[in-house]
Amino acid sequence: MKFERYGIGIAKGLRVTFKHLFRRPVTVQYPEQKLHMSRRIRGNELIWDKDKCTGCATCAKTCPQGVIQVITSVDAVENKYVVEKFEVDTGYCISCGLCIEACPYEALYMGYAYERAKYRREDVIQTNEQLLPSADRLRSGYMYPEIAAQLPRQTLLLERITEEEE
Amino acid sequence: MTLKTEPFVLNVGPQHPSTHGVFRMRATLDGEVVVDIEPIFGYLHRGIEKLAEERTYTGVIPLTDRLDYLSSMANNLGYCLAVEKLAGIPVPERAQYIRVIMAELQRIASHLIAVGAFLNDCGAFMTPIVYMIREREKILDLFDMVCGQRLTYNYMRPGGVSQEIPDEFLPALDKFLKQMPGWIDEYDQLLKENEILLARSKGVGTLSQELAISISASGPVLRGSGIKWDIRRADPYSIYERFEFDIPTGTVGDCYDRYRVRVEEMRQSLRILEQARQQIPGGEFRSKVPHLIRPPVGETYAHIEAPKGELGFYLVSDNSIAPYRCHVRAPSLLNVTALRDLMIGWKIADLILIFGSMDICMGEIDR
Repeated sequence: MKFERYGIGIAKGLRVTFKHLFRRPVTVQYPEQKLHMSRRIRGNELIWDKDKCTGCATCAKTCPQGVIQVITSVDAVENKYVVEKFEVDTGYCISCGLCIEACPYEALYMGYAYERAKYRREDVIQTNEQLLPSADRLRSGYMYPEIAAQLPRQTLLLERITEEEE
Repeated sequence: MTLKTEPFVLNVGPQHPSTHGVFRMRATLDGEVVVDIEPIFGYLHRGIEKLAEERTYTGVIPLTDRLDYLSSMANNLGYCLAVEKLAGIPVPERAQYIRVIMAELQRIASHLIAVGAFLNDCGAFMTPIVYMIREREKILDLFDMVCGQRLTYNYMRPGGVSQEIPDEFLPALDKFLKQMPGWIDEYDQLLKENEILLARSKGVGTLSQELAISISASGPVLRGSGIKWDIRRADPYSIYERFEFDIPTGTVGDCYDRYRVRVEEMRQSLRILEQARQQIPGGEFRSKVPHLIRPPVGETYAHIEAPKGELGFYLVSDNSIAPYRCHVRAPSLLNVTALRDLMIGWKIADLILIFGSMDICMGEIDR
């Protein structure tokens, strides 16, 4: 164990650390300052389009976790299925997005919001009306490029740093 | 007068910040010197191989994300290659390029964490790893843009990728490719020649070539010992035979060599990315694949060069919609078998260092 070269390497390293003193921080103060999420974000909730849904339950069959439950009844007059219950246990959902990909009628969407913590465990299980889109339940552009185009552009750390240097 | 001494058994882990996960080592110490070590794992066992047997072929992909959670894209790629080989699914040209771009970005991201954690274990507390996490964050931003998730991507599918890359991806990739070499140079300046690092890691934990081969080590651990073995060259999968890149190797196989091999590999990955960026063609991003894949009866093994080594998927099909058997050849598990030979005779402080230089991911060891 020889201590060669009298610390030239350490001095070089400290130069890099010293340079960082004059760089602007890359972190943001989260609850006050928020970045735009990815347009394809898989937020932790599903959004269900009731009118488009036919109750085929392809999503339920595809779900690797088995969190989607679809109960249908037959409407004999109009000769079609009526969705009685569409239930998602978001507590078990791994946000893989396979249900969105599988839906043949474009009736399921990932949520754009990401702050969806609940206080009670019962609130995690969402049924029928709780799954519908609303003003604070925006749809994400995951698998839907046309929705993605309407969402704000994602903030990239890459660009924030380049802008400062240029 | 002689003092009577007896060996002291020290339990390192499972909840120890330097074991990179829930790894436990029962070290027998003679004073400060390690005389015996017994790795104990299984604390993160989730039964992924068994779970795979009751899911559809597509449904297994989210599980592979959770194997080596620092390189989910590579896991996805390995699994999808295995399914494609089994079912004979063609992959469009553009999808191949997207996959290579993702896999190489993932390699950089994984090596950044590996190098940062190693330097952290060396005693360069927090500064290098925070710098490297910042660079990794840019890659995660790119992944987030493409597939909407930062860690469990679930992006690749048998027969291509799940979605087309967004329009803003390639310009962002160009920016990344422009910036990243400078950042790697900066890391080199930061600690490559640091005297303390050299004193602590040169010659420590030397893995001989014979031992590396006999434990079937792979990845940077094997290449650090000076063996030029890279699956991307030895058995090219996807379209890797089209790219020009070198295989960096170490000389003696000590901790410092393994660290250098990882840094050099990041540069080589950038080279591949440049070429893939220029060559990427238009066209389909996914071939027509039935919703439920039913491969013919048979078995297959597909392997890729994941950031940590050779990642292999062994699949057996019985012509149903779920694999009959899915075995994962995890690089970390085989690399970790060298621990005992590497650590005996070294001090307790070197134990953490040697372990850090192996780049272990517990999600992959326990599965």
